[in-house]
Amino acid sequence: MQARSIIQDSGSANPELANAVVYALEFAKRMGTSGAVAGVSRTSGYDLTVRMGELETIEHQNGGGLGITVFMGLRKGSSSTSDFDRQAIEDTVRAAASIAKFTAEDSCNGLPPKDRLVNETADLELDLPWQIDRDQALEIALSCEEAALSSDSRIVNSEGASIGTSIQDSAFGNSDGLLVAGRKSRHSIVCSVIGQTESGMQTDYWFSASRDPGALDSPQSIGAMAARRTLRRLDARKIKTCSVPVLFEAPTAGSLLKNFVGAISGGALYRKASFLLDSLGQQIFPEKTRIHEQPHLKRSIGSAVCDDEGVATETCDIVTDGVLQKYLLSSYSARKLGLETTGNAGGTFNLTIDPGDRDFDEMVKLMNKGLLVTHTMGFGINQVTGDYSQGASGFWVENGEIQFPVEEVTIAGNLRDMFRSLVEVGKDVDYRTGVRTGSILLSNMAVAGE
Amino acid sequence: MENYIEIARKTLLDPADVSDRELDQLLGKMIGKSIDYADVYFQYSRSENWSLEEGIVKSGAYSVDKGVGLRAVSGEKTGFAFSDDLSLGALTHAAQSARGIAQGIGSKKSGLLGKGSTQVPVRYSGDNPLQSLDENAKISLLGRVEQEARKQDPRVKEVMVNLAGEHNVIMIVGHDGTICADVRPLIRLNVTVVAEQNGRRERGSFGGGSRQSYEFFQQDERALNYAREAVRQALTNLESVDGPAGTMTVVLGPGWPGILLHEAIGHGLEGDFNRKGTSAFSGRIGEKVASDLCTIVDDGTIENRRGSLSVDDEGTQSQNTVLIENGILKGYMQDLTNARLMGQSPTGNGRRQSFAHLPMPRMTNTYMLSGESEHDEIIESVDNGLYAVQFGGGQVDITSGNFVFSATEAYKIENGKVTQPVKGATLIGNGPDVLTRVSMVGNNLELDSGIGTCGKDGQLVPVGVGQPTLRLDEITVGGVVV
Repeated sequence: MQARSIIQDSGSANPELANAVVYALEFAKRMGTSGAVAGVSRTSGYDLTVRMGELETIEHQNGGGLGITVFMGLRKGSSSTSDFDRQAIEDTVRAAASIAKFTAEDSCNGLPPKDRLVNETADLELDLPWQIDRDQALEIALSCEEAALSSDSRIVNSEGASIGTSIQDSAFGNSDGLLVAGRKSRHSIVCSVIGQTESGMQTDYWFSASRDPGALDSPQSIGAMAARRTLRRLDARKIKTCSVPVLFEAPTAGSLLKNFVGAISGGALYRKASFLLDSLGQQIFPEKTRIHEQPHLKRSIGSAVCDDEGVATETCDIVTDGVLQKYLLSSYSARKLGLETTGNAGGTFNLTIDPGDRDFDEMVKLMNKGLLVTHTMGFGINQVTGDYSQGASGFWVENGEIQFPVEEVTIAGNLRDMFRSLVEVGKDVDYRTGVRTGSILLSNMAVAGE
Repeated sequence: MENYIEIARKTLLDPADVSDRELDQLLGKMIGKSIDYADVYFQYSRSENWSLEEGIVKSGAYSVDKGVGLRAVSGEKTGFAFSDDLSLGALTHAAQSARGIAQGIGSKKSGLLGKGSTQVPVRYSGDNPLQSLDENAKISLLGRVEQEARKQDPRVKEVMVNLAGEHNVIMIVGHDGTICADVRPLIRLNVTVVAEQNGRRERGSFGGGSRQSYEFFQQDERALNYAREAVRQALTNLESVDGPAGTMTVVLGPGWPGILLHEAIGHGLEGDFNRKGTSAFSGRIGEKVASDLCTIVDDGTIENRRGSLSVDDEGTQSQNTVLIENGILKGYMQDLTNARLMGQSPTGNGRRQSFAHLPMPRMTNTYMLSGESEHDEIIESVDNGLYAVQFGGGQVDITSGNFVFSATEAYKIENGKVTQPVKGATLIGNGPDVLTRVSMVGNNLELDSGIGTCGKDGQLVPVGVGQPTLRLDEITVGGVVV
């Protein structure tokens, strides 16, 4: 076995998990495989939920899994287990090797190029435990829900407030000597309440999530926001079918970027199942648009030193001046397309669209007349054609101001046209997930209503 | 079922060296003065997945997952812990975490175990489907399906075939000492094709599944028919034009379009939402919520169906529950906790994704019974509207009642005739309102082909839907032609 040095991406590596990976790789070699990849993770923590001022559930998590892929020449097989003991590891490696006898040879199979593997430890500060006991967590959840319930007499019911805190230990390695291990924390506070008027009930929620407990919003502000967002939806109505500008509120706008990511991902491209085939170097967005990745931001949900194959992540542009600069590839999809891996096995890392200089209110003013979309629903997105048709709710905007809440309408178009019709990105950026965007204004979509 | 308890013991308890005496002590630790209910859920699951693309079986994966979930319920409070380690030490630790929800310490009660076991009819064979074909036969099945798709039409450019199987052994030990076990097979085969014509590409997808052996796919050329159907959809979509936007009459075909019922009323009738009063259907039992033509059930007892269960994940026998009868709301779907808190009977709808998740009320197979109308008669009754036959997924906001379901194959209806195919579109409506607009119900009830997966609070479970052809007088269609 080659000497291995553990590369840490954050926090302290768990030696038990790293040992499991090393053992799996060693056993795979003993089984006569020509290459192997192994990963182990274990999550521990709890979710505590209160509802209507009372503790409702405490769910303790303590579980994980080990996954291995082995190569027999150009064939591969995979297997996974929830168990880490030596017997289970050996059984799992044997199962993967057995599968590799039946799969076909695929010349694109194999490990990523060695010179692209992550080789430096970086402390991204992703392991920041939340030092609270159960009673404190209960207090936080109760105060969060109370802030929502007490804010307005129309808030009549609740789906509860939850505190979640977890630590994920992981280790990952391959038979080229890679071993990466680390620990990441994730903490969240979420609140969801129900408002009612004579016309019916509406619900909405708000959450704060971070690797850093110190960066969470105050429980009271989360509860108050959940109540505000619920109240503003009350007495929503349909509008007439029309063709108008559409403003996606920041928390919903991220879905447009995810549709873009799906279409430029290697798996969709080599299967010819994307509406953005052969679009490298093409103008996809208006000239002022820049979309980039920031994998090494400290304390961020979307940060990592390497992708799911151990390829070092890089800070880079995906779209510059509206032109597509790179696809998002793993080593496999790169070989399929005759390109090099981009370090995007498993997705993107803090994908960011550069904001403009308008805040949310100014974005509404800029739209002047149209539909502000705060929620989308459904599965009406066709990645092969780009055809887009989703359920929506939000607000009707006229004279640059919000007029009334809207529900039970659809918005439709084609993503290719929608990307080109991007007018402006707001500076009201939502930092809670690995996709960072402000509100996004599109010049025109079909809105179906009455 | 007695037999299943022995299988479960051998699979789950014996390898971990957990004796009946130790299990008994564990139950003693979980119950106590303020605990109304407690259970221990053991699970051993084996699953596999084979995929073919570009003409070759590129990947295969095999998984073994085992673990135990422990739950203690006190009033409306639930404590839960799980472990993938079945050793007594891990079980004891998890039991203490779970019962931490209630004040006080566990009792020293013993002699609980084995006070009874649930005897119910089985709805599927307990044989392991993964062993029903050897590996070469699985590979060969995938290859035949791929060739069938390719030979349909030269415009077929990409074919992806996926075969998946699962064998689940579960054992539920209730706080009163009752033991229940189930052994559940689940299989699925799916075909997706991309067809190309003059630079335009379109996708078609079809599949099916069941709770039985893989031989199901070889009977009546079933898997080959999936391939033919996927190709037919892709070729149809190559001819599709932009669809209409607005409110119109829609005819839904039989079978999988029953996703309408799952979204529009199914979720809204789950017991948890109604106990909490968060559903648009809360407190409406006995009210008219659909046209007289509508009778809708949730039936977990149909043999070998994807959504069926012999017992649910709390050990309650699966049943056929009437949700809506001739338009009148009759009942909710319940698990143990919500049934107890609402003073109702459990309906066998307590389900969980795995040992690592808490059970909650979930659907099984939800469908509308046949009516009187002929399919053709329903189409002919529409002057101008949409005929939708295939769907992707759906989603619902149970509080407002707004729901969507997304068509992937639809046609215009003009002067009583099905004409031009239109591009996929999302349909949106309101649950308590939409079924009052059902004006014709076909005599052709069909269940879906066994493909449904339902997500709720992040938990996925297999489900089924079904319906006859339906005419909805008014629903909003999300096309682009304004």
